[in-house]
Amino acid sequence: MSSGPSDDAEGEGGRMIWRHRRGTNAGSPPLDDFSATMLPHLDAAYTLARYLARDAGIADDIVQESFLRAKRNFAAYRGGADKAWLMAIVRNCFFDWARARQRAGHDETDPSDTVAIDDPEAIMARNGTIATVQAAIEALPPLFREAIILREIEGMSYQEIAQATDTPIGTVMSRLSRARLALAVILKATPQAADMVTQ
Amino acid sequence: MTRCTDKALLLGALLDHELDAANVIEIEAHLAVCAACAAAYADLRATRALLRDAGLRISAPAAIRARISDAADTPRTRAVSPLAWMGTGAAGMLAACLGLFVLVSPMSTSLVQDEIIASHVRSLMPGRLIDIATSDRHVVKPWFNGKIDFAPPVVDLKAQGFPLVGGRIDYVGGRPVAALAYRHGRHVINLFVRPAMEASLWPDLESHQIGYTLIRWRQGDLEFWSISDIAPIDLARFHRVFSAATA
Repeated sequence: MSSGPSDDAEGEGGRMIWRHRRGTNAGSPPLDDFSATMLPHLDAAYTLARYLARDAGIADDIVQESFLRAKRNFAAYRGGADKAWLMAIVRNCFFDWARARQRAGHDETDPSDTVAIDDPEAIMARNGTIATVQAAIEALPPLFREAIILREIEGMSYQEIAQATDTPIGTVMSRLSRARLALAVILKATPQAADMVTQ
Repeated sequence: MTRCTDKALLLGALLDHELDAANVIEIEAHLAVCAACAAAYADLRATRALLRDAGLRISAPAAIRARISDAADTPRTRAVSPLAWMGTGAAGMLAACLGLFVLVSPMSTSLVQDEIIASHVRSLMPGRLIDIATSDRHVVKPWFNGKIDFAPPVVDLKAQGFPLVGGRIDYVGGRPVAALAYRHGRHVINLFVRPAMEASLWPDLESHQIGYTLIRWRQGDLEFWSISDIAPIDLARFHRVFSAATA
């Protein structure tokens, strides 16, 4: 986070979580700020949605829904960690969708807290390093998948990931740790990736 | 990985530059003497490098980008939830599995379109289609007076292949709306009319869900939703001839 030194000096000093970064008004940012604040994170939002949903069409819907929710709630948004704020909306959209789907009898999405690697052979059958790594990430359970995406692709800090996933930092750390172990196991078993790992 | 299971989180945090100085010193001292942890850390770094280099970020498709930035630039709107429109996607499959009546998805924040499908389906049950049965628009139009607080345009489009069968009052989006029923061959078209509350996010909208086509448009202060199981191209024609006849 690149928090400017004077940004917090505008009052509301006790607010730790959504810290001001842009140094605009201390209350709700004006709505025409929405595009300037949130659109730069569109690819990040899409990436997260895509990896969580594992389906381009559903990712499209989730991202659009997320931006609608973000826009609707933008008045309540108080500036600051805008990326974490948007990411929280994206993952909530995804989990809402997954829950609705589960209730409807599909139990394909497993939000459990365990790392179970499904189908490493299918992963190895994919060609190309990107596809291999993507498949390895997609094989992780959603909570671990999102931790890896936010950390390794989006470069977010533990604090930001904790905000985005509404999870204590300790849990973020342990999810990341277990997710990385699982990824290392999958990737080492995959020829193209193993070459890169050992380089 | 290593027998020092208590070090796993610290190794990750070291990798992520999230450790405070005291812990960095401690774990680095440990790495210097513990070969297992050093190997585990090397693995972590290699995996990290692989993830960072692989180009895993996925750019949003141009169409999505355009739609979202259009929507973002529109003044405050009552937005249509795209998840409620998941035509061929999950909602479609879901509905196909469960039949038509699960359409009111609990996750949708904007239920209008779901309600319209539900109203349409309900209207197809025996005796539900119309409250006032007539093809005479001069009968239908006054019938709405006093039942709703706006005046929907009523036209018979028999000459264009869409005879008017009647009208009814329905309840959509938390308020009474006018519903006009038309036929096309053996198919029913429901046309819901209600005052347009706010600027629509995507003024004209066409959606396909479980065999139904919905087209939404705006005319003056009114918002129109047409829905039917006829071919989308026919419903689009209905939209055109209705608009032309009432413009």
